[in-house]
Amino acid sequence: MSLWARFRGGVHPDAHKTTAQCATKPLPRPERVVLPLRQHVGAPCQPLVKKGDEVALGQPVGDTDAPVAAPVHASVSGKVAAVEPRLSPSGRMEQAVVIEAAPEDTPWVGLPAGLGWDLDPELLDPAFIRDRVRQAGLVGMGGAGFPAAVKLSPKPGSEPDVVILNGAECEPSITSDHRLMLEQPERVVLGLRLFMRATGARRGIIGIEANKPDAAARLSQLVAGDPSIAVEVLPVRYPQGAEKMLVWALLRRAVPVGAIPLDMGVVVQNVATAAAAATALAEGRPLTDRIVTVSGRVQSPGNWRVPLGTSFVDLVRSAGGLTGSLARVIAGGPMMGMAQADLDVPVTKTTGSVILLGPEDLDETPAGPCIRCGRCVSACPMGLLPAQLCAAALNSDWAAAERFHVRACMECGSCSYVCPARRPIVQSIRLAKFELGRRARQGRG
Amino acid sequence: MSKTESGELLVASSPHLWAGVSTGRIMRDVLIALAPAALGAVCFFGWRAAAVIALSMGTAALTEWGCARLMGKPSTLADGSALVTGLLLALTLPPASPFWLPVLGAAFAIAVVKVAFGGLGHNFVNPALAARAFLLAAFPAAMTTWTSPFDAVTTATPLAVLPNPFAREVLAGDLPSYTDLLLGTVGGSLGETSAVLLLLGAAYLLVKQIIDWRIPAGFLATLALFAWVFGGTGGLFTGDPLYHLLAGGAILGAFFMATDYVTAPITARGRWIFAVGCGLITALIRLYGGYPEGVLFAILLMNVVSPLIDRFLVPAPFGGVKGRA
Repeated sequence: MSLWARFRGGVHPDAHKTTAQCATKPLPRPERVVLPLRQHVGAPCQPLVKKGDEVALGQPVGDTDAPVAAPVHASVSGKVAAVEPRLSPSGRMEQAVVIEAAPEDTPWVGLPAGLGWDLDPELLDPAFIRDRVRQAGLVGMGGAGFPAAVKLSPKPGSEPDVVILNGAECEPSITSDHRLMLEQPERVVLGLRLFMRATGARRGIIGIEANKPDAAARLSQLVAGDPSIAVEVLPVRYPQGAEKMLVWALLRRAVPVGAIPLDMGVVVQNVATAAAAATALAEGRPLTDRIVTVSGRVQSPGNWRVPLGTSFVDLVRSAGGLTGSLARVIAGGPMMGMAQADLDVPVTKTTGSVILLGPEDLDETPAGPCIRCGRCVSACPMGLLPAQLCAAALNSDWAAAERFHVRACMECGSCSYVCPARRPIVQSIRLAKFELGRRARQGRG
Repeated sequence: MSKTESGELLVASSPHLWAGVSTGRIMRDVLIALAPAALGAVCFFGWRAAAVIALSMGTAALTEWGCARLMGKPSTLADGSALVTGLLLALTLPPASPFWLPVLGAAFAIAVVKVAFGGLGHNFVNPALAARAFLLAAFPAAMTTWTSPFDAVTTATPLAVLPNPFAREVLAGDLPSYTDLLLGTVGGSLGETSAVLLLLGAAYLLVKQIIDWRIPAGFLATLALFAWVFGGTGGLFTGDPLYHLLAGGAILGAFFMATDYVTAPITARGRWIFAVGCGLITALIRLYGGYPEGVLFAILLMNVVSPLIDRFLVPAPFGGVKGRA
């Protein structure tokens, strides 16, 4: 137990983990999937198929030579109905491959065959593991969507010594990682070993918030004989699952602004990404589905294994339909997730949960003036001055925003969560970042 | 089940959760915390005290509402900050105040100090304290007519009779005891006499994490230290720090005035500087100044400095910045 391992700031929202005891169920196969060609941070993929093509389950439908990207695979067998811009949960229109599902999935053998579940990571070549991780289209499934293979390819001179698996799941309402750790702990551990082998790291740590003792116990049991892997229980404090907080809590290494954990010798991957990597190498299966928590105003909230590209509409239907009227749909957690303009958007690699809120769940207290109470300052895990950042952004004082380190903000939302005046703090910070980015690009061009 | 069927979906920026502690709730907590001292004042000084408090709060609220009306803006009365200002001002007034005094003061506090500078969050000095300074400058006689609790005998405020080697008359034997100061059975402003009742409210605010402990701690510790070192008649280290803490407005000021969010710095380090500054100026004025208004002017002066403190104290982000020391 490393319950002492606290980071500065943070908040403690009610957990609302009402679906923690809901075993993962398979979602009925959708009739149609919409696969955005950008489901990751970085360059979008180019389509590899065109309208009318027959595709098999697991067949790549998009890829690119760009260094920071991950291919996208068909999550059902069927016929390509369209390759066109569709609304993605990111809020953007993204080029997407739309597939009409065939009556049954046909097995497809295009990916290299799996190595079986008794594979020994120590016998594999690190480059082989990285290649498979890339081919399988793995990205950070915790929500960030950073291509997993890129993280496993350290620059010369920065050899990581630790791989951390992020099982904190600090966002309220989400239980998909929790269920994964309980139901498929072997995959999580195998994934960790593969990542350690791929990076040459000698230590592996699985960090889990203390509100998931069953998952921590299961994983501890599995790694009991392995001194190189530790399961660490972390304090329940949002945003414990933020990379920099996790690295600090577990290793007492502070990652500077502008640096990444890799600069401090640490690779951080989500537990779901690790499990997907294990599946990719053992079964030869690319990333075509993920666990999604559906919670809020639906008849039967729970956890589902969902083919990527499935519409939120199908998810809600499987969860028994809506109870009452719908006011806000969030893809991801209530602290950092994206509000959706339409329910007909697809589940992507980074969609850990879909939260459906009614008007009664939303507090419409209007924004008032900042009373400079400093609650945002105490809550900011990055040690910033959110009130000052907000004021600078709303005054279009971009220089001041920079002076107050606007770029260090990870948009965790702790400041807005505690603000008694309901200031649009995160929103204004995003505006400042956008504006500064635009100016930087203009300056260069 | 698209949006047409389900009604309009609200798209808003994350986070989609809120802790639910609003400005109004904070102000209500401050009112609750001041209630013991206010009720104590009514007990000690009778119905006159109740009238002063009611007039001050009523005028503050009315002025806030009226200003919004005049400017054609929505009323900001609901946030409760005007009532807090009204109550705080009342607690700094003498029990024998003529009734126009709280009315004038509260109207000045809200209209001139607060609304004229942009309303809640934009005033650069504490409205209640600024109003008290105004009344003191304009009506010194009315502001310094003190009465003893339970009877209406005019008396001196303890601070005016504190042993003072420099500026003040020494009236030995005339000092109230610690017990009197703690309970509030001494002359003085309505709400600053009973340390016990004020500390009760302060404890409430600290427990509910409404105020930052650094400000009263830094303020009172600095004042006590300075008073102990330099405040005695028998040379260095002969002063009476406890007396300085209990007498006058030190407790009211340190817990309820200096902690005013709007006019204090926003960072922890800034608040330490602010608090020490308040303590130091209070001690300087009390020991070497001409009249016993240390707390008032110390806080007002530090209010003016606090934007500067905030401007120059920008903490480094967590982990520092890459490429910089």
